Amino acid sequence: MNELIFFLNKVIISGATLGSVYALGAVGVTLIFGILRFAHFAHGDMMTLGAFISFMLVGLFQAMGIQTPLPTGFIVLPFAMAITAGLALGIDKGFYEPLRAKGVKTVTLLIASIGVTLMMQGLIRLFAGTATRSFFENETKDLFRFKLPIEGVKRSINISEPQILVIVTTVVAVIVLHYFLTRTRLGKGMRAMADNPSLAQVSGINTAAVVRATWIIAGSLAAMAGTMLALDVILKPDLAFNIVLPIFAAAVVGGLGHSYGAIAGGFLIGFAETMAVFNWAVLLRPFKAGLPEWFPTDLSLVPTEYKLTVAFIILVVVLLFRPQGIFKGASS
Amino acid sequence: MIRRDAILFAGLGVLILALGMWLKVPTTIQLLVTALAYALIALGLNVQWGYAGLFNFGVMGFLMVGGAATTFISYPLNDAFWTSAGPFMLLKALIAAIFGGLLIWGVTRIPKKGNLSKLRGFLLVLAWGVAYVTYRSQIDPAAKLIETEAGFVGGLGLHAAFGWIVGGLAAGGVAYVIGKVCLGLRTDYLAIATIGVSEIIRALIKNMDWLTRGTLTVSPVPWPTPLPADVVASGMTDTYMATIVSRSIFLALTVLFIAVIFFFLQRAYEGPWGRMMRAIRDNHVAAGAIGKNVTKRELEIFVLGAILMGIGGAILTTYVQILDPSGYQPINHTFIVWVMIIVGGAGNNYGALFGGVFIYIVWTISEPASLVLFSLISDMSESAGIGAIPEIESRALQMRVFVLGMVITFALRFAPQGMIPERVRSEG
Amino acid sequence: MSLLEVKDLHGGYGGAPILNGVNMSIDIEDIGVIVGPNGAGKSTTLKAIFGLLQVTDGSINLDGDEIASMMPDKLVPLGLSFVPQEFNVFTEMTVHENLEMGGYIRDDDLSDTLEYVYEMFPPLKEKQKQNAGELSGGQRQMVAMGRALMSEPKLLMLDEPSAGLSPRYMMEIFETVVNVNKSGVGILMVEQNARQALEFATKGFVLAGGKNRYTGTGRELLDDPEVARSFLGG
Repeated sequence: MNELIFFLNKVIISGATLGSVYALGAVGVTLIFGILRFAHFAHGDMMTLGAFISFMLVGLFQAMGIQTPLPTGFIVLPFAMAITAGLALGIDKGFYEPLRAKGVKTVTLLIASIGVTLMMQGLIRLFAGTATRSFFENETKDLFRFKLPIEGVKRSINISEPQILVIVTTVVAVIVLHYFLTRTRLGKGMRAMADNPSLAQVSGINTAAVVRATWIIAGSLAAMAGTMLALDVILKPDLAFNIVLPIFAAAVVGGLGHSYGAIAGGFLIGFAETMAVFNWAVLLRPFKAGLPEWFPTDLSLVPTEYKLTVAFIILVVVLLFRPQGIFKGASS
Repeated sequence: MIRRDAILFAGLGVLILALGMWLKVPTTIQLLVTALAYALIALGLNVQWGYAGLFNFGVMGFLMVGGAATTFISYPLNDAFWTSAGPFMLLKALIAAIFGGLLIWGVTRIPKKGNLSKLRGFLLVLAWGVAYVTYRSQIDPAAKLIETEAGFVGGLGLHAAFGWIVGGLAAGGVAYVIGKVCLGLRTDYLAIATIGVSEIIRALIKNMDWLTRGTLTVSPVPWPTPLPADVVASGMTDTYMATIVSRSIFLALTVLFIAVIFFFLQRAYEGPWGRMMRAIRDNHVAAGAIGKNVTKRELEIFVLGAILMGIGGAILTTYVQILDPSGYQPINHTFIVWVMIIVGGAGNNYGALFGGVFIYIVWTISEPASLVLFSLISDMSESAGIGAIPEIESRALQMRVFVLGMVITFALRFAPQGMIPERVRSEG
Repeated sequence: MSLLEVKDLHGGYGGAPILNGVNMSIDIEDIGVIVGPNGAGKSTTLKAIFGLLQVTDGSINLDGDEIASMMPDKLVPLGLSFVPQEFNVFTEMTVHENLEMGGYIRDDDLSDTLEYVYEMFPPLKEKQKQNAGELSGGQRQMVAMGRALMSEPKLLMLDEPSAGLSPRYMMEIFETVVNVNKSGVGILMVEQNARQALEFATKGFVLAGGKNRYTGTGRELLDDPEVARSFLGG
């Protein structure tokens, strides 16, 4: 039983948290790919930017003496999302739109987004330094322990407040997004544009408005994902690069351009990572008596250092064998 | 046109002379060696993109392979390793790997249709699983033993220049495998896949302590030419001059390597092979229609470019005499090379060379330059009462990253062809 | 003043010019049909009118407005609608959503128009909730036309609506076109099945080499032995 709880903590809860962050990021990437037709490499840095903006706002709030029942990082989130969305619009206007107007190849936009990534990274570290920071320097991170009323069970189910917030917020975000895409005119217009951009234009859909909506959604979700991740773990400028590839992996796995696929992909990759580094032999410990001597004590699929590699491997494998995504009916 | 190229290169020469006066000779020679190594890498990337339109964003991976290979070749023998059970256990691991490889290969030979076809997928996964477990069962104890008894595998103690060549070949080999598997992908997918692959390579080199010492790093990696200490030992007592002489010899060897490579590359580029490659690049479909084996050519190009990158990476590692996996960053080793060929002019070997040296110089002097700038600002803010800028060195460093990003975006917007664009020769 | 006046239209895709001076005028009661050999510039004319390619010379006047340099999304509110030949439905959206997209520019209630479209194409009503990509060729064409009608256009342009369809579906499409016209919408369409289309054309335009060769009512063109010989296959 103890082992199951250990599994629950290490794999299920961690996987769900990580999966939520990946899902939020992947939705942004997949929307941009579906509507603007390029791989937005700068998404990871957009998440970091959002997280840093949240951090600065937290400092502002604390300087003004505002106390909040939930972690301040969470409370400032709507503002951070709005600011990041605005910046996303600005970046598109400044860097990508001129290139699109020239009719460049999609790969040129990828390179441009790499340029933007570098600029953002440089600026963030320039102003914020390279040190790591915690959202919980001035307040406590609540940890909830659930003890099970069963005999002999020593371990408790542990979940931290940020983790609960991440998962809940992601669920809410997904529901809101679903409503937006299926019930509102603009949302349907976005789907139409991703489906068939020239027909969308022919139908009179205001493509400029759709593009703006795309950046606003992508930017807000990026800020949400980045802040949530920093709340759960720690805030560091490196956040970005470690995140970009798992997010792309999630988007590719779900089928580029398909929002629901991206969400599923995010959770898939999140759980894949936690399951790959989990030492499965732990689950067999209660049966130790029945196992032979030579049975290995470490049955983790990959050593912990290779955790990030899991996402890369999944990415490469999916790109090679099923680039249209693993879900049925996903079109390229 | 030729005149403009000549002016640009002359300008570069003047820049280098000016630097020589500011930074003093030994540092300038060091700068030149590294810049030329990067230029070689840029040449390699130019071969892949300029000739065949392949988007390789995993340049860093190939550099690391080259560096690791040359370290292995040139680092002195580690007797502790050779006298232990290490080699034998590695041999067992190799056999396990070959066994696993054959098993997987055998399963892939099962025809996709027919009796066994339904089981094929399952058997394939099973084969991979068995191969992996078998390999792990041999390599884990081997790695542990090597790390505890000998530290790491050590090297072969051979000449470093040979190490450079091996570095190139190793990178080429890796490229062959990757290319066979990935080159069918569409351009932006290929770009993402190569980033993923280079990260996997980095993780491997960083964590295979038994092979590369991982984060503990390997040093000093020997030079192919006399070190300053060696020059002093042979009679020159002035250490300053000795450094200059020693580094100059290294530089000469580097220049020799590059000159030979460049010469052959240009010959090929201007000849029928080059024309065919450009035809393929400019019109995939049409080239395929007239019977040119597009995929085979692309693989050739990919491997060739990788060999150049491997040699460049080897030169870099040998010069700094240390193999440090943490020292490799995509920014410094992949993206900067892309900037070099975009700004220098893709498709044109002279452009790649120019771009390589020029951008590297810009990149390198932007560090002290921005430090100077920041110190100035810091002094001003301090005297204004705001206080000095904290962590000034690391922040100034970030300025480089920002500038690099800006260069990329500006270049794309205003000079998509590069400073020395490809000369399209009108045929007939 | 005609609903649509095209005068001396020149244009192309950026390279060689395809249209070298095309003229036509369509009134709201008209069913205009453009025929001609391949490469004559038939589809190109429609696309030029709809702002999908570069117009280098000439004028296009829609109900008093000069539209030659306007983008497509500005033309739909002015009463122009276009059914492309290929990729003319949103494959991953339902039939109902496709129609809704047709009415995107409208702020008012779409239900009357939706009812009208469903009445005109009964099979679509059944398959409302199915993805347009799953329908047969003929039904997809219905969705495509329905989508274009949702914006309540004054002039409906169609590019080879019968392409790839069986003769039965082709006649259904042509019947539908006539009905739409009767309900007060001008029609301008390009057709490869020249004979059948010209039967009910009030204005026929034969194009070749980017220019007008013959103009007249459908009947006139069908009865003209020269036209029949050169363009309608004897």
